[in-house]
Parts: sequence; structure tokens; C-alpha cells
Amino acid sequence: MNDMKEVERDAAAGDIKIQARGVQVFYGDTHAIKDVSVDILDKTVTAFIGPSGCGKSTFLRCLNRMNDTIDIARVRGDIHIDGDDIHDPSIDPVQLRAKVGMVFQKPNPFPKSIYDNIAYGPRIHGLAATKTELDEIVERSLRRGAIWDEVKDRLHEPGTGLSGGQQQRLCIARAVATEPEVLLMDEPCSALDPIATAQVEDLIDELRRNYSVVIVTHSMQQAARVSQKTAFFHLGNLVEYRETGQIFTNPEDPRTESYITGRIG
Amino acid sequence: MTAIAFLALLCVSILGYLLNRQAATRLRANGTRLHSVPGYHGLYALLSTIVPVAVLVVFWLMLQGPLIDRFTMSGLPAGSLDEVDAGGRQLVLTEIKSIARGRIFGNPEAWKVDAADRYVWMHAVAGWMLLGIVTVASLGIVGFARSCVAADFRARHGVERITSGLMLFCSTIAIFTTLGIIAALLFESIRFFERVPITEFLFGLNWEPQIPLREDQIAAEGAFGWIPVFLGTLVITVVALFLAVPVGLLSAIYLNEFAPSRLRAVAKPVLEILAGVPTVVYGFFAILVVAPAIRSFGATLGIPVSPNTALAAGSVMGIMLIPFISSFTDDALSAVPKSLRDGALALGATRAETVLNVLFPAAIPGIVGGILLAISRAIGETMIVVMAAGLIASLTINPLDSVTTVTVQIVTLLIGDTSFDNPKTLAAFALGMMLFIVTLAINVFALRIVRKYREAYE
Repeated sequence: MNDMKEVERDAAAGDIKIQARGVQVFYGDTHAIKDVSVDILDKTVTAFIGPSGCGKSTFLRCLNRMNDTIDIARVRGDIHIDGDDIHDPSIDPVQLRAKVGMVFQKPNPFPKSIYDNIAYGPRIHGLAATKTELDEIVERSLRRGAIWDEVKDRLHEPGTGLSGGQQQRLCIARAVATEPEVLLMDEPCSALDPIATAQVEDLIDELRRNYSVVIVTHSMQQAARVSQKTAFFHLGNLVEYRETGQIFTNPEDPRTESYITGRIG
Repeated sequence: MTAIAFLALLCVSILGYLLNRQAATRLRANGTRLHSVPGYHGLYALLSTIVPVAVLVVFWLMLQGPLIDRFTMSGLPAGSLDEVDAGGRQLVLTEIKSIARGRIFGNPEAWKVDAADRYVWMHAVAGWMLLGIVTVASLGIVGFARSCVAADFRARHGVERITSGLMLFCSTIAIFTTLGIIAALLFESIRFFERVPITEFLFGLNWEPQIPLREDQIAAEGAFGWIPVFLGTLVITVVALFLAVPVGLLSAIYLNEFAPSRLRAVAKPVLEILAGVPTVVYGFFAILVVAPAIRSFGATLGIPVSPNTALAAGSVMGIMLIPFISSFTDDALSAVPKSLRDGALALGATRAETVLNVLFPAAIPGIVGGILLAISRAIGETMIVVMAAGLIASLTINPLDSVTTVTVQIVTLLIGDTSFDNPKTLAAFALGMMLFIVTLAINVFALRIVRKYREAYE
């Protein structure tokens, strides 16, 4: 844990963005998430860590109702974003997902040009009235994705032709383009090499200014580097949820301590 | 006798398998390290016996009949074939053969009965010889294979060589058949074009394939312009695709993306049953249901509709093509990685937007491939149009008219008593050639499209 970067721990400054109470998820007969309650703060990076299969990705997918797309998944419990219950019948999951963006483990650019990849979200949500506005959104998003300089001369080439790290930053830029308020990242660096990982981590730190970022990661170093708050999941339970510095230096629960010292994993 | 020979071959080669495997097992039991496991030693004996001897038997059987015929004819007493021409010799031979089978008409001459006896005898001798040769050859090869068994004998490599040779042979069968078909079409077409100029065939606007029956008959010279016939094929194909493409695509999208899994489990097999309906049954459906319905509907609107319409044949053909297009589309959509679907949904796209903007473009190569294959089928489809389209070639693109198609014309030109030396029958080959070229072009085009876009999402 020597490379732990001392980022300023101003977590207390954020307001509560997402409030989850008693969330249960079942996949068929499997009880994947057991009674998880958590408050996620605005303008903060929150990391979910834990061994494989502990439910951290499943819980992440509850936050934008992506589990709806899996037939056998059932979600119980309350999740409020900005005080609105996301399971309320008046909430359209499509609009929810525009507000809660998501970046996946494997870069998944659409088989379209770089420009169209970014413009897709703004187009379907009608965020740009004119071509110039759309151009501005695309440029702004690509700049936020820290990839503008690399692709500005080839916006109309296919996004699938980029390298893995570039593709992932393109996907982050794509998620940012719809002006979400929350950005969910499901192991965004697991398919990337160390240099691309460092670029994406810098980007996450940038994104914190505007968004509430929730990141699932396998790497404890990464959680320590980028996050202000960390939640440790184990076997579907939320074991411990505290300031990142505290959880790594002074864990309360013996299971957390075993995990971060490498005894369970 | 042939069956017994094959049985002997099978028994001997299985014996070879057992012997070799046993020998190799014994070697290994003695503590020797073998290059190949005993099973490969056994298979080596089996394959190296059965393949060459079976080839030998096939050649033997191909040569046996003609040779015996020749011996039978040359063994006839001198003078019995005088003043008999080639056709007469053939008749004599046929008579001898039927006597040999025991079917005797009237009182055949004594020399014919003698010849028949010799014919039977030669067949029996040939059978015994075959059995003897097969047994000796296979035993010899088995003995040789047995002597090969040794620690460092590479039986596995041998087996792989033989199997890859077999696979090569199987794959060349298709190639050579295709070449044979092309050659047959080409030769007959060239004979046709010697009688009818190729420009008249390609650009002529009339299709009246009659020929005068007698020299002095005052009949219209036939006209062999393929354009009206091909236009009929084109009209029917277009009608079929207008029905099949949208219905097939939308049903595939619905089943793949929107349908609850229980509906999908029922609807998909039912849709695929459509593909199993024989085309002749579609033909019934077209003439008995669709054509009268279109006609009476046209009558209520005051539009003249002919009894056989391109619309009836084409729409029934379209129904036949629906499962084709929908199963291709379904496969193509299912092959799109789930990550793309998740990516679009997570951006706040609705399911319909996801399908339309993301999945569909990614699946385009598969879908286009399916549609182009459906076009090939529509162009080559025969039974429905024979039953439901007309016979008269008219230069029209009105789907309410009666049209004829290339395949219908081929069928009508070749049905009945035909002699293969007049332009009327040879025209069928020229039409077949054109059909072949058109479908080949479409298939090549389809393959290129699929190749070009195949790696769009990787």
C-alpha cells in the first residue's frame, strides 16, 4: 500500500446522491445481494471492492436498473436518487439510465464512427438542436474523456479501430455525453494495460468535479488511489463502508482486514 | 457376391485392427515407449486396408459390366452378327441378357441361349475372382500393417494422412460436381447459340419457343429472346421480397428482442415449420387460395386481374422465404455481443432504439447474406411458379398480369418427348446457364458483403 496517493479527503463536503435501503437481489434461486444499505455522496468517487462473485457489480447494476434487462433477476428494497424512488412506476428506466451513466468492464464502442459513438446518446435524448451544438457536445465529451487530442483528426473513422485504452476512454466520453449526474464504472480498467489504466484513473479524478462516480474494482491499489469512500462487499453482504483512508489503514471488520491483507480473495 | 466381398473386406480389416492393437498393447506391456497409442496402430491397419481395397472394388465393378458384354458379343458364333448394324447388336445383347435373367420371349435361337449361359457363367466367375482378389489383397495389407508395428512406428501420422486424404476427396466431390454441371450447361448452351445468335437470345423481346414440326410446315419461326422470361422472374422475385423481407426482419427482431421467452419457445419452431413445407404444397395454396382471393378482391375494386398472377405466385413465394430471412436475422442479432446491447441500454436508449441503431447495423452482414440467399432461392424456385404463374411470356412488370419465369420455361421445354438437337430444347440449357450466372453473381456478391463487414464489431 506504499503507492497510495494522498488525494484530499473532502468526502464530507458532498451531499447524499444515492440512498439505498435494504436492497436484495435474486438471480433465480440465488440470493446475490443480501440487505444492502448505503449512502453514496455527490461529487465523490466511491469504490466497491470485494472478492469475485461478492455482488459488487450486481449492486452497481441496481443503481441504473440494468438488472431489469436480465429476465431472471429480481430486485427488492428501496433505492432513491436525489430523493426519487427509482422503482417508482412514474420513473422511466430509460430516463433513469440517461441520468445514471455506465461504463463497462470491456470497452464496447458501437460499430460506428468515433463521432457517432459520442453523438448517439445526445441524439436519442434530443440534447442538441443543431449540428453545431452536437459538434460542441462531441468535442466537450471527448475532451472530458481525455481523448480529444488523439482522435480529433479522425472523428469519422470507426471507434472499433482504436486501441483498448482509447476505446475505454471513448466509452467514458460517450457516457459523459448524455450529461449524467452519476457515473457507474464496472471494473473499467480490468482490460487495460498499466499506462491506459493510469490515464483512466486520472480521468476519474477529473470527473469527480462534476459527477458522483461509483467504481467497482478488483484492485485495492486502484480503490486507494482514486476513491474517497470505499465499500467492502463479501458474499452479497456490505461488510464495511467508510472513508477510503480509514478502511485501508484501520479496518473495523475482521473480514475486511483479511481481504485487504490478502487472506481471503 | 459383391456384398460378400465387401463383408470379407470389412471382417479382414477389423481383424487387422484387433491384431495391430493387440500387438502394440503387448509391446507396451513389455515396457517399451510407443510413439503412437495402440488404438492408432489398430486404426492404421483398418484404414490402410479398407480404403485402397474399396477403391479397387469400385473400379472392378465399373469395368466388369462392359468387359463381360464385350466378351459375350465377341464369343458369338461367326456369322451370326452379319448384316446387323450397331442398334441391332445392342438389341441382340439386350435379348441375351434377358434370357440370362430367365425372361424368355418366344423361341430364341440356340446360339443366343448358349451366349446367355456363357454370360451367366462369366458373371459367376467374375464374382468369385472379385471375392478372391479382395480377400488376398486385404489379408496381404493386414499382414504388412502388422509387420509395421514397432515402438517408433508413427501410426498416428499415418492415420492422420489417410483421414485428411479422405476429407480432401470428399471436398473435391462438390467441386468436381459443380464443374461438371457448368460444363454440361456450357456445352449445350453453345450448341444452342450455334442455332440462335447470342445477341437475339440476350436482347430479344419475344419468347415464343416453337419450331416447325415438318420441313414444309408454315409455322412461325420461334423467337428466343430471354428478356420477357427473365422479367417475369424479376417481377415475382420482387413481389416475394417485398413480402418476405419486412415480415421476416420484423418477426426476427420481435422474437429476438421483445418476445417473452415462452412465446419465443413456441413461435420460433412454428416459424421454422414454414421452411419445411414442400414447395408443391405452397403451389396448391397459391392456386387454390391466394389467386382466387386476389382475383375477387380485384373484381370488387374493378381492376382486371388475370387468373394466374405474378402477385399470387410471388406472395406465396414470399411466405416461403419468411423463415429463411427471419432465421438468418435471428442468428445475426444473437451473434451481436451482449456488451453492445448493454452499452446502448445504459446510455438510456429504449429497446427499439437499441435494435435499430446498434444491433441492426452490427448484424447487417448476416442479414444481407440471408436476404441475398433468399433472392437466389426465389430466382431458382420452380414448383410454386409452375403451378401458380402463367406460361405465356409477356413483357410486363404489372404484378396483376400473368407472367412466366425462367424456371417454368425450362420445365415446359423439357417435359414430354424431346429430342436434344433442336433449338427448342437446347434453349432450356441456355436459360439454365443464365439462371446459373445470375444466382452465382448474387452469391459472390453476398459473400463479398459478408466478408467486408464481418469484423465490424471485434
